Amino acid sequence: MASVTMNVNGKPVTGEIEGRTLLVEFLRNGLSLTGTHVGCDTSQCGACLVHVDGEAVKACTMFAAEAEGAEVTTIEGVSNPDGSLNTIQQAFQDYHGLQCGFCTPGMVMSAAALLKDNPSPSEQEIREYLQGNICRCTGYHNIVKAIMAASGQDVSRIAAE
Amino acid sequence: MYNFDFERPKSVADAVKALQTEEAQPLGGGQTLIPTLKQRLAMPSKLVSLAGIDEIKGVCKDDQNRLCIGGGTVHRVIAEKAMSEGFPGLTGLASKIGDPAVRNRGTIGGSLANNDPSACYPAAAMATGATIVTDRREIAADDYFKGLFETALEEGEIITEVKMPIPEASAYMKFEQPASRFPLVGVFVARFSDRVGVGVTGASESGVFRWTEAERALGSDFSADAVKGLSVPADGMISDLHGTAEYRAHLVGVMTRRAVAAAQ
Amino acid sequence: MPKDTGIGASPKRREDVRFLTGDGNYTDDINVHGQAYVHFLRSDVAHGRITSIDTAEAGAMPGVVRVFTGKDFEGVGSIPCGWQVTGRDGKPMQEPAHPVLAQGKVRHVGDPIAAVVADTPAQARDAAEAIMVDIEDLPAVVDMKAAVADGATKVHDDLENNLCYDWGFVEDNRDAVDKAIKDAAHVTTLELVNNRLVANPMEPRVAVGVWEKGTDNYTLYTTSQNPHVIRLLMGAFVLGIPEHKLRVVAPDVGGGFGTKIFHYAEEAFCTFAAKACRRPVKWTASRSEAFMSDAHGRDHVTKIELALDADHNFTAVRTETYANMGAYLSTFAPSVPTWLHGTLMAGNYRTPLIYVNVKAVFTNTVPVDAYRGAGRPEATFQLERVIDKAARELGVDPIELRRKNFITEFPYATPVAVEYDTGDYPATMDKLSEIADLSGFDARRKESEAKGKWRGLGVNCYIEACGIAPSNLVGQLGARAGLYESATVRVNATGGITVMTGSHSHGQGHETSFPQVIAEMIGIDESMVEIVHGDTANTPMGMGTYGSRSIAVGGSAMVRAAEKVVNKAKKIAAHLLEASDSDIELKEGKFSVAGTDKSVAWGDVTLAAYVPHNYPLEDIEPGLEETAFYDPANFTYPSGAYACEVEVDPETGQVTIERFAAADDFGNVINPMIVSGQVHGGIAQGVGQALLENCSYDSEGQLLSASYMDYAMPRAADLPMFTVDHSCQTPCTHNPLGVKGCGEAGAIGSPPSVVNAVIDALHSGGCKIDHIDMPLTPSRVWAAMTGAAAAGHGTAEGRSVGGEV
Repeated sequence: MASVTMNVNGKPVTGEIEGRTLLVEFLRNGLSLTGTHVGCDTSQCGACLVHVDGEAVKACTMFAAEAEGAEVTTIEGVSNPDGSLNTIQQAFQDYHGLQCGFCTPGMVMSAAALLKDNPSPSEQEIREYLQGNICRCTGYHNIVKAIMAASGQDVSRIAAE
Repeated sequence: MYNFDFERPKSVADAVKALQTEEAQPLGGGQTLIPTLKQRLAMPSKLVSLAGIDEIKGVCKDDQNRLCIGGGTVHRVIAEKAMSEGFPGLTGLASKIGDPAVRNRGTIGGSLANNDPSACYPAAAMATGATIVTDRREIAADDYFKGLFETALEEGEIITEVKMPIPEASAYMKFEQPASRFPLVGVFVARFSDRVGVGVTGASESGVFRWTEAERALGSDFSADAVKGLSVPADGMISDLHGTAEYRAHLVGVMTRRAVAAAQ
Repeated sequence: MPKDTGIGASPKRREDVRFLTGDGNYTDDINVHGQAYVHFLRSDVAHGRITSIDTAEAGAMPGVVRVFTGKDFEGVGSIPCGWQVTGRDGKPMQEPAHPVLAQGKVRHVGDPIAAVVADTPAQARDAAEAIMVDIEDLPAVVDMKAAVADGATKVHDDLENNLCYDWGFVEDNRDAVDKAIKDAAHVTTLELVNNRLVANPMEPRVAVGVWEKGTDNYTLYTTSQNPHVIRLLMGAFVLGIPEHKLRVVAPDVGGGFGTKIFHYAEEAFCTFAAKACRRPVKWTASRSEAFMSDAHGRDHVTKIELALDADHNFTAVRTETYANMGAYLSTFAPSVPTWLHGTLMAGNYRTPLIYVNVKAVFTNTVPVDAYRGAGRPEATFQLERVIDKAARELGVDPIELRRKNFITEFPYATPVAVEYDTGDYPATMDKLSEIADLSGFDARRKESEAKGKWRGLGVNCYIEACGIAPSNLVGQLGARAGLYESATVRVNATGGITVMTGSHSHGQGHETSFPQVIAEMIGIDESMVEIVHGDTANTPMGMGTYGSRSIAVGGSAMVRAAEKVVNKAKKIAAHLLEASDSDIELKEGKFSVAGTDKSVAWGDVTLAAYVPHNYPLEDIEPGLEETAFYDPANFTYPSGAYACEVEVDPETGQVTIERFAAADDFGNVINPMIVSGQVHGGIAQGVGQALLENCSYDSEGQLLSASYMDYAMPRAADLPMFTVDHSCQTPCTHNPLGVKGCGEAGAIGSPPSVVNAVIDALHSGGCKIDHIDMPLTPSRVWAAMTGAAAAGHGTAEGRSVGGEV
């Protein structure tokens, strides 16, 4: 066992890990941050997506040891300071961009990374950016719509509901 | 996965030293290696992460008009820098590998060291005649790729840099396998003043290859029409759930023509 | 004006807040103090005889609590099947045992052989690798037609053969159907495969078994769509635990799509092992494990014949289907190709004579059971494909051919034993024509052609029977369970309401939509209503969520219970208002005496019920809580018309979905936003089946599509924005809300329109191809276009799961 220290959602944390401990295992089991989910074992579904030093990373495809000293942000750390939903989270609720909720944390974190790089993405750019986030419930229609709305674009012309 | 020790050296020299342990293995971005470890298909005694070595990160241009890419540079950075250095074909390739999260972690050195038959960079390396620089030598692309997951790298050898001649025109066209979204067939076309390179990935049972017949034809006439009549034999192409050998052979022609058209 | 509250409004989903902040409580988020972890050693061969298992080394590995093999389960029951189908010969289906851990033989890749319980998941897996198993390989049975040939290797040695049943429906029609086909002016025949799919909810299955020494009570936390069903099946049939000593909790569940209906061996194992090990035992499936242990879906090989008279009226339909059961009978498996499939073969059309033959076959593959639609997509696909083929053969417009044969009078008794209560198929087709802009198709085709692409339009209709199901009817059909639903409406003293429902929400938004109904009935704010579901300890015995049944059956139970509450509350109000209870009206949260200005608020009445100082104690009990069990009188029959436009790249065979429109009739709609979302998701799964998804085995029974590297899940860039409409509403006549259900429609209605569109596109490009089997991958389309391979002829081999491209 070795020790790892990182900042998670703005708080310094230290924990014991094995060499093989994945970042997602450290978050879920070590820190009880269970909002980050595991939906596959081939690095494709994106349910585990978090930000490491500001960039989107699949927490199932990074060792906890690699995050030594890093700033890690998970879904638990993105709401407004008063606990209310942030713009992206709120848009997902407003436009019904989630159903079972399992892929949702990864989707929200992915959308945040997209909008940081591209504040006003087109529908096609959003769809391509979500290559690594699989949703089985929504058919993506309302996810794409929510992300467009979160970026301040008018979505009233997109097929209703 | 099986357990292993984990080291994170700060220099190439320390990494090389760390890799002298028996069954030690370097870890690039881990985007292929970690899923492999999860399936327990590898059992390293130690993983030596290269992510902390700043000297193998970054992209610049040398005096021979080559793009010099540190082995530890991630795809996202390569996509950005290749564009500003006038190598849009490489941007097209790097900006479509995997997905954004994969591009934030995966490295060119890791991709070339692994030499997955469906990896993208090998096509560019072959087409441009890249040089693979390691901690101990330089290897020409033509001598580097040795078949599926096989390369000229020795035990513990680390790719520190890839020097890729910048073509006058280039493009990468990838036809995605519907599940993994790796290339079912990917073709990189690079036009230089004196030659044309065509690198093909995803298609062949023996890994990435140069389509020399197309290179010759394009060398005298760089147009999609110039390769219209050409085809690669289906014999030796991969045949699986996602495409027959015939289909892959067909796609090599289509993707080559499209890459040439895009590079115009 | 759209409403902003109650029935027909689209309030934001309240459950979203916890899902959006990472505060959901999924089964894998549950950790019980002292828990150990299990890893299953699974077969890597499709068929073999276990000659020895040596667990000595594994048992001595670090952290190992105990190693289990089939021997430990010899006194334990078999995983039961919940439906018995009777064959044409009048005999019940052949029903093999399904052990928790393999006994003597392994029958599919993934069949659990042994299980290691250890302190950590990694230790359990390490030790599982140290178990020595000798397996004598047996020939793998994969091809369904070969499986039922004389002398075929048997999947189950103690059964007569690999034929589970040979079912005919309606047997009395058989000769008449044969004659009608013989005498028909035109017969169109189509052989096709309905490809095997993996449901793939994004949350893999998880089970945590807990046993309390002090009470001998058990708790199972599990990813289930129906915790009461699991409690009954596992308690009564497998482990022999009385239901009152067993609690099953299905907390937040990350999608189900059918595959989380069934009782699985891993659930029984964790519950059993918790007592055996004196520790809670947890299992979390990896995705790779899910591919070889979650029940698969579809997997039919079908020949359908459609007979028409000279005026193009449908005169008869005859089908023959081989349905793959896999190695064991999963919970509802026998019902899927029979009662959920044969009864739908009339579709939206007046076809007087129908005969359906289904041969269910055991193979060395993962068990196959209900997946979103379950039997109805298979029925719809073959019918809507053969109609399209008939229209092409006859040179008539496929929409007009459908319109000509639509059922237009209701109720309508089909020749396949069901009676449609309502519907308006011309109306949904008209609506489709409008929202899909069918009249603009020719112009769009020209635009595509100018880009070098072939464009195709595919249209189809669908009908489904859902709101499952009348218990007395399904009992006659072989169901071993009732299919009612339950609800308890508990009114609290201060007027707030807790509804405890047997329905289970795993994405459907019940916590939002169910309160809309109560709020509408009583006239109170939706925020005063809370929905409790998913825990057998605090909900009445319910059958759960599948078959698009939650609002139609579970919602109806809730309405019935709420009606009882209102009736009692009126009596209390009458007492308080010193009026007769027949004069009391409830409106906008207030009880008033008809024709007067005397009234009492909802909250005053509820308070009186629990503080019965001024209360008719001699007539009624205190308290305000009622339970209802609702058993539907009939199925519900949602219907609709779908249109898909595709482009085909003539050089590569790549198909892209350019437009997709769905006009559905769901009867009354409680929450239009949620209903649209259900349709979107269903369409995405239907498009996935049509273009991408293929669960494939090779001839040795090895699973080729065993991860997302080879099983193609639809991604955002594979799909367009959808145009959906549910304004055509013919309310259901036999449930109190007039609702029909919407969960499966998209998955049922979309595959044929996609395939019809691709075939149309290919014809426009000069490729006269009748059919390509799903999924229409680029490789398959190109092969069909070029004649380079026999596209879609899995049928000829009777194997829908073969590894060929």
